[in-house]
Amino acid sequence: MTSVTPIAAGTELPALKLPPVDRRTLALFAGASGDHNPIHIDLDFARAAGMPDVFSQGMLVMAWLGRLLTQWQPQAQLRQFTARFQGITHLGNAITCSAQVTETLTVDGEPRVKLLLRSVNQYGETKIAGEAIVALPNS
Amino acid sequence: MIDRSLVNHELTASTMLMERGRLKFFAKAIGETDAIYFDEAAARAAGHPDLPVPPTFLFGAELDSGGLEKLMQLLKLDLRKLLHGEQEFTYHRMAYAGDCITVRSTITDIYDKKGGALEFVVKQSRATNQRDELVAELRAVLVIRH
Repeated sequence: MTSVTPIAAGTELPALKLPPVDRRTLALFAGASGDHNPIHIDLDFARAAGMPDVFSQGMLVMAWLGRLLTQWQPQAQLRQFTARFQGITHLGNAITCSAQVTETLTVDGEPRVKLLLRSVNQYGETKIAGEAIVALPNS
Repeated sequence: MIDRSLVNHELTASTMLMERGRLKFFAKAIGETDAIYFDEAAARAAGHPDLPVPPTFLFGAELDSGGLEKLMQLLKLDLRKLLHGEQEFTYHRMAYAGDCITVRSTITDIYDKKGGALEFVVKQSRATNQRDELVAELRAVLVIRH
């Protein structure tokens, strides 16, 4: 028998550790996401914009947080997902995505949990602070 | 200063077919390891009709048809000054490969901070499928560094 751990405030999701951001990842994500903003893929453009180098699309880091959520519960249970981009994710940054349940609530008769989300680099700098609301119909 | 009269301005709607190949490319780009996002058989075995459109993919549905460039022209802004401040998704139903998603966006707010050194543009969008069912609502806060 497997024991079922109840999901309550304080529950931590398994963290997702990503490899360091490199230029190839940014180029692939630009093409795959449809965000062709050259500041993420063209060094000349980034320098002309006053940046030392290209840097990550915020939405790449948000997509990693999305992976963290959908590996925990099926995507169909995701109700809301918010990211506040708090710092630029630079080349070489190795991001860890984490989430913690902060609240259990019931909306329209549906049990849900609220999660606090964080993406942090290897130096402890927060790149995304966010929240998600996930329904837990079988809990 | 961005023209404040653009608040409530509706952007041209854009429509994007959720192509399987593109969803697989997105899964690869984000290092996805859950096979339901890149293997049709795994998706079907998990009860999905086809590959699911992952949670943040719809952000690009508008950009794909040149939405970013059009928005910069409308706001009379230089892309080099643009940063993404916030992004929110509210989900109503799943979307899958084969669905045709239409995104309709409205500029809902424009404001500034630090004596105008930073300007903020809030854009709210509704993403609907080919049956005109609401799939998701999106809210983006764009930051312009002056």
